[in-house]
Amino acid sequence: MNETELVCIICPASCTLKVSTVGGEVKVEGASCSRGVEYARREAVNPVRHVMTVVKVKNGDLPTVSVITSRPVPKKCVSEVMKSTAELEVEAPVELGQVILDNVCGASLVATRRVKRLV
Amino acid sequence: MKECEVVVLGGGPAGMAAAARAAGLGLNALLLDNRETLGGIPLQCVHPGFGVHYFGEDLTGTLFAYRLMEKVEKSGVETLLKAHVHSIEVEAYDEKLVNVITREGVLRLRTKAIIYATGARERTLFELGVPGGRPAGVFTAGEAQLLMDLYGVLPGKEIVIVGSGDVGLIMARRFALENAKVKAVVEIMPWPGGLMRNVVQCLMDFNIPLLLNHAVVGVVGRRRVEKVVVAKVDEELKPIEGTEFEIPCDTVVVAAGLRPNVDLLEKIGCSIDQATGGPIVNDLLETTIPGVFAAGNALVINDLVDYAAEQGERAAEGAKLFVENGGLQTTDWIPVSRGRNVRLAVPHYMCTERDATIYARVLRPEKNVFVEIPELQVRKYVAAVRPAEMLRLKLTREQLKQADGCDKITLTVVPRE
Repeated sequence: MNETELVCIICPASCTLKVSTVGGEVKVEGASCSRGVEYARREAVNPVRHVMTVVKVKNGDLPTVSVITSRPVPKKCVSEVMKSTAELEVEAPVELGQVILDNVCGASLVATRRVKRLV
Repeated sequence: MKECEVVVLGGGPAGMAAAARAAGLGLNALLLDNRETLGGIPLQCVHPGFGVHYFGEDLTGTLFAYRLMEKVEKSGVETLLKAHVHSIEVEAYDEKLVNVITREGVLRLRTKAIIYATGARERTLFELGVPGGRPAGVFTAGEAQLLMDLYGVLPGKEIVIVGSGDVGLIMARRFALENAKVKAVVEIMPWPGGLMRNVVQCLMDFNIPLLLNHAVVGVVGRRRVEKVVVAKVDEELKPIEGTEFEIPCDTVVVAAGLRPNVDLLEKIGCSIDQATGGPIVNDLLETTIPGVFAAGNALVINDLVDYAAEQGERAAEGAKLFVENGGLQTTDWIPVSRGRNVRLAVPHYMCTERDATIYARVLRPEKNVFVEIPELQVRKYVAAVRPAEMLRLKLTREQLKQADGCDKITLTVVPRE
């Protein structure tokens, strides 16, 4: 049996949720609404997060471009995504939505800032 | 001398929304910003959580800013960048002069209305009264964000964050992701200053300790920060002697909240609310100087950018009424009074002529409460209120009409039982 405690982030009530997994079954205690139970289940079974960071840019009006994962990735993959961006360098210009890195932990990294090329 | 109907000061979310709306309403508007680009602070916010209410989509700060820039462009409103507003002169009831320093020289604008959307500034160590040296390595959270997320510079390796405002929490996560060690987030209050969502996803996800009821009582270092001294505080927020301990670090990040930028408003004599730090306004967000409106973080510190943009639009609607009628025609203003567990409420004056929105914050967290305005028979159940989460209450004209003849309306938070 696996037991963890979570703080619910669905509404400002911030309920403390006790989540226990027995076999394959997830039990949630302490939630004052069903949305809390659902949140705890998701967090217990497969917690996911968006990863956002910046990547180096060559010949741009700014030295970095901000990026975000195209979809949330499993929480345990967050450091892998970060490692994959550490050595990256892209050439300006960069457009919004441009794919900076494809297929990392089931997502791609997409540019969220426009970087103009310095002539 | 250039003539306008409304000049919008500040090209962040509130100013952009205000300028686009003003142009949409047919006003001859001019949008000013002192930087090289519109967008304001969200341009340095690479995290999502922006635009859920305003655009119905969860965007990063950067994408939110671009969306609003597109809106500004489509509206056709004239924009002037690299323009520093030096001063405002109130010449007559519906005539103001705005003195602007530009690359081409001094520009004088004659306008009927002004929308003041200059944002906020971060509180500093001096305001917190933290004693000790001022070695290199002390940054505000916003400075750290600018360095890391625009310029790609990591400000330090071992970080202590003072205060737990949202920007500080967001930066704690950014430091952790970049392999810097966040030793602690030190918060003087018994509850976090930022949203719970950020406490969970920025601190708990990375096992960063949050020290509530603690204060930094000293910054130590000769050239660079070497350590901070932390102590427990009592109920009056005074450090308790004998509880001091040291945390070695090379960087101190101050995330102790924001203050509205109101310098130019104060200079022309606007009344300021001590609770918000922003101007006193009516339901159209007009300050105590007729025809001068305020919106966004210059009005009140918002936790959602969506509210700042919404306030910008509201101010533009106010400016339209002002310009069209040679001033707002309302004569009966009903003051909004703060009841139980209400720290601040904006606007400060309401009228019975149109729908309006109240933005408010509580003094302390409380569960299972009603947020109510007895005079209007408005009562809304809320599972919990927290100081970090702004309350927003939309009131219809019909509801407000019930205040006819009242000498005030009272916003109050009461326990359900």
